[in-house]
This record gives sequence, structure tokens and C-alpha cells, in this order.
Amino acid sequence: MSILIDETTRVIVQGFTGYKASVHAKERIAYGTNVVGGVTPGKGGQRHLDLPVFNTVKEAVRATGATASLVFVPPPYCGDSIMEAADAGLELVCAITDGIPAQDMMRVKRYLLRYPKEQRTTLVGPNCAGIISAGRAMLGIMPGHIYRRGSVGIVSRSGTLGYEAAAQLNALGLGVTTSVGIGGDPINGSSFLDHLRRFEQDPETEVVIMIGEIGGPQEAEAARWVRDHMTKPVVGYVAGLTAPKGRRMGHAGAIISATGDSAAEKAEIMKSYGLFVAPSASDLGSTVAAALAQNVTRRVA
Amino acid sequence: MDIHEYQAKELLSGFGVPIQRGAVAYTPDQAVYCATELGGWHWAVKAQIHSGARGKAGGIKLCETYHDVHEAATGLFGKHLVTKQTGPEGKVVERVYVEVAESFERELYLGIVLDRKAERVRVIATAQGGMDIEEIVHTSSDAVLQTVVEPAVGLQQFQARELAFGLGLNSKQVSRAVAAIMGAYRAFRDLDATMVEINPLVVTKDDRVIALDAKVSFDDNGLFRHPHVSEMRDAAQEDPREAEAAQFGLNYVGLEGDIGCIINGAGLAMATMDTIKYAGGEPANFLDVGGGASPERVAAAFRLVLSDPNVSAILVNIFAGINRCDWVAEGVVQAAKNLRVPLVVRLAGTNVEQGRRIVRESGLPIIAADTLLEAAQKAVEASKAHRAGKSK
Repeated sequence: MSILIDETTRVIVQGFTGYKASVHAKERIAYGTNVVGGVTPGKGGQRHLDLPVFNTVKEAVRATGATASLVFVPPPYCGDSIMEAADAGLELVCAITDGIPAQDMMRVKRYLLRYPKEQRTTLVGPNCAGIISAGRAMLGIMPGHIYRRGSVGIVSRSGTLGYEAAAQLNALGLGVTTSVGIGGDPINGSSFLDHLRRFEQDPETEVVIMIGEIGGPQEAEAARWVRDHMTKPVVGYVAGLTAPKGRRMGHAGAIISATGDSAAEKAEIMKSYGLFVAPSASDLGSTVAAALAQNVTRRVA
Repeated sequence: MDIHEYQAKELLSGFGVPIQRGAVAYTPDQAVYCATELGGWHWAVKAQIHSGARGKAGGIKLCETYHDVHEAATGLFGKHLVTKQTGPEGKVVERVYVEVAESFERELYLGIVLDRKAERVRVIATAQGGMDIEEIVHTSSDAVLQTVVEPAVGLQQFQARELAFGLGLNSKQVSRAVAAIMGAYRAFRDLDATMVEINPLVVTKDDRVIALDAKVSFDDNGLFRHPHVSEMRDAAQEDPREAEAAQFGLNYVGLEGDIGCIINGAGLAMATMDTIKYAGGEPANFLDVGGGASPERVAAAFRLVLSDPNVSAILVNIFAGINRCDWVAEGVVQAAKNLRVPLVVRLAGTNVEQGRRIVRESGLPIIAADTLLEAAQKAVEASKAHRAGKSK
């Protein structure tokens, strides 16, 4: 098992015929992802990468039975494309695009709430590396070969730091069920907590590592949920100990502007809620291994 | 992106927020001319820098004569104004705003922010002007009035009215405050702002409500929709290296340490800096070369990092997903010729073997590392050795 996607998930690519989308779609197909077509408004009826192109997401869903989409649409139009995907009833939308205005994301999130919970689209990203279920399917841009199949769930804000974790696990002979990049924007589609819930339910996942960074309340909120509800061990790490206050560190959301935003505070909160906190970014793999070795089932408070 | 007070007021005024009459000046003579044109008997001469808390730092002078205006402006131009928001180096005053001054009855606070927790816009008001927004947002005090905006419909009149009545205003003042609050919200929404702060919002003896100071910050991701706002950028208020970095699509933040960092991905960049510290060193900067690390970009990254005289070693850490190690390695090898400091390179991910071979076969004295910790340790050692060598 895995979370969110596997080799049977039928995927369309939005912004399909663009250069980046084409490069990545080709590689995703080679990895085993079940890409069934794509959407580029105005290019409906054409074929691209030997797959059908549609004008609208609804047409694509009707013709292919797709349930997930990978979005490479440029920032000015991306919010609109995500809402189109939600309106077409897709279960999962993963937006790689970096640079969507925060107020667009605010409207997107409000739009997703139109649908009752059981029909609501799960949005991963934007500004993220995507999702990979090791050896099964990839809805993202990560280097697939570093993800060995195994029992560790990864959820990370940063893309490259997620790769770092996977590589360290790989070097220790540990593999991954699914790795999710939730993205570095101040308002993102889904949070650490949303995916911890899924990992808790996934029988194959034995331990989860969550990799946060400075800025925003999501790490603390997730850590609290771990204490109250999670039976599996969770390893935590927060990047940005050396980040100065009030300066934006690359990601739109990576800025210390409030109490609780700093890496030290977040790591402290994680510790206090019973997470295994990796002392440095070079200990991500070893801390997971240590958590696994303890073979603990968390006692839910 | 931040703008000056006078620019913020100009924008807000366009959305119906009442402001005081004023004009911007670049020389003391212009400041006097502004005062004569504005008329009246009292003027405030206000230093224009990208920071709040200017009053406490001596950046705002009240003047009663043209001579005072000239002297105040002369004193401010070229001054490094240090406020609690600028850092110890301060910001240089190159423009002043001359504004008609009048007395007022009350000083209020109005702030509009993007609330990350609620993922909505929050409007905040207090009966005490002069406080810091950071303090106010995180206080649960009853004195702080707040309302959250439903994004589907926007801020409603009743919400603004509740705030205005909550501030204890009389009915005449309330209708004017509502207009100001609604205008400030529309500016926030229509201009893709991340913060609008009117501090203080003053109430005059004759019941007018005026934005006496204003600060607006914008979402960089939304600027493409607002070219007239982008034009307000004042590069002189920004760190020159950060401004140069932005031209190349790089993210750079200067720090105090001695190990220059060139990394792909913001999270990995922060984690690498933290690992340098963990290994006993201090990072000189944050630098994210981003997804498409072309040789030009890598060369620009080296130039930026080396423009910091404190740098005594460089650490390149690339974990290639979209990037390809061989491509990045080509750029690194080109940029690393005739380097004045030692260079540690760690490559991982897509095409790592080809990348490592390019580095190895370059004939350059590049120190290779396989893991993050090894890279950080080698950079710390190399930096120490380089400093020791120089001091001999």
C-alpha cells in the first residue's frame, strides 16, 4: 500500500503541451505512472506523447476516467486550473507550479470547501516537488531512483530536503511508502496533518518523518495531532535554525514573523509532543532508523 | 516588496482612504517648495525609508517655519536611520515627505494581514495607535478588535462597522472610519498586498478620520498583475546583493558568517546552513539557485557569494531533481577557475556520476564530498585553514 497514488491511479497532466510538463510527463510515464492524457485549452483533439489532449478537465475525465491531475500551469492561470480540476471531480490535484499569488490560493482553498467532505479534492502543493509512491507511481519532479520501496512515510515542505531524507534512508537500506511534498507557500493545499492522518491509516507505513521549516503554524498543529492521535512513531526535523528573523528564505512562506515561527521553537514543540527530533539535517535517516529500532507503538494520550 | 509611506498613501487614497495633503522632496530646497505649495502653518517632514518606527528614530520632524523645514530636511538627507526594523546598519534617507500637520483627538490602529493559520484576510483594529503589528496580531487581549474576511464575498460593511463602534467612535466618525476600512481592504485585495498598516489612523476635532502613516507590503508573486506597483520599487532601500540576485532569479540573503553557500532548493539551503553551524562553522549567506541552474546562474551565484569579503570558503550542495548534476557541474567548473577561496562540492541525485566525473576531471582543486555532513565538515575545515593561511 501507499497513500494518495499507486500504479493504478489514472492521471492527467494540466498544461500538458508546455515544455516542462512534456519533459516531466515523459519521465513519469517511464517511472510507471498511469498517465492517460492531458489538458491544454485550445489544443483539444491533438495527440501529445502519444496521448490524447483535451480542452477542458471535464472532457478529459469523461474520456479517460482520470481521478488525479498533475498541474504545470504557469502561476497567473494556475489557481484557475486547480479550481477547474476540483469542479471536474478529481480526487487528487498536485500542483508543482511556483509563484501563485497568495490571494489566489486563498480563493482556491475557499472554492474547494464548496464540496462536501467526502467529495472534496485533495490538493497537494503548490510550489512543491509532488508525490511519489516508491516503485509504483510519481506525481512530481523528484529523482525517482533514490526512492527504494519500504515502510517509511515522508512528508516535507521542501522538495530537495525530502530527497535528502530519501537518500539517507536509502543509504541505510530503508525504503519509502510514499513521499509527499506539501510545498513552501504560505497558503498550501494540504498540510502535514492531512498526510499524517493518511500515513496513520496506511498498513504498510511503519514510521513517518515530517520535515518542516521556519514560518507558519502547521508543524506545531501536526505535532499536537501526533501526540493525541498517532500510534506510529514520527520523526521531526525543522530547517532554518540559522535563519534571521523577518527575512524570507527563498520559499514565500519561509519567514519568521511571529512567535512559534522559528526552527528552534518548532523543534521544541515537536519534542514536547513526543516526536523523535533529528538533531541535524544529516541525521534524518539515522533518526528514522533509531525510531524503528525502538519498535514502539505510541500510546495515544 | 515594500514601498515608501508616500507611495502607500497615494495608493490608499485611490481607494478612498483619506490622507493628509503632502508632497515628496529629494532636496531641502524642494522640501521648502513643497511646504509653500501645500500652505498652512505646520508641516511634518518625514524621512522615507522602508521601515516603521521612524518617529522614535528621529526620522519625523515637526516644523513651524520654512527655515525649520529646510533644516529638518538637511538633517535627514543622507542620514542612516536606524529603527528596530532596519537592523544595526540602518537605511539611508534619500527622499522626504512634507505633509500638512494638524492636531488630532485620537490615534487608532488599523491593520490588514494575510493570516496563515486561518488562510484568510484578517482585519485588526485597536484604540491605541503606535503599537507594533507583530505584538498586536498575537495578543488575545480584548482591546484588540479583529475580524476575519470570508474570501468568497470579501469584507462586509457590517464587519467594518463593528470595528468602528468597537473603537468607541461617534456616529459621524463611524461612517468615515467604515469608508477608510473598506477602502484599505479593497486596496489590500485589489493590489495583492500581504499587509496594509495604518498606524496611526487619526480622528480630528471635526470628526474626520485620516491615515497619518501607512505601510503596505506586496506579495511578490502577485506583482505581475500590478505594473504600476512594481514601478514603485526603490532598489536603494534594498540590499544591493539581494537586488542583484533577484535579477538572475536567485534568492540571496546575506548573513554574518564566513562559509558561502550555493544550494538548490530553499529547504535544503536552510538545512545546509544549519549543518554548517552543527559542524562548528557559520554560514555567510542563504542562496537558492533554484530549479534551472544554468551555467550563467551558477556563475552569478559565485559572483554574489564572493562579493562578500568575509567569505573564506564556498560550499556547493546540489541535490538534483529537475536539475541535472552534470549540467550544474559544468557551471561550477567554469565558475571555479581562479577562485580566491577553497571550494567544497557535494552533488547528489539525477546524473550524479557524470557530474562527479566532470568535477574530478576538471583539474581544479575542488574538494568533493558525498554527504551533507561531510560537505559541511570539509567546508568548515577548509575555511579555517584558509583563514590561518592568510593571517600568516
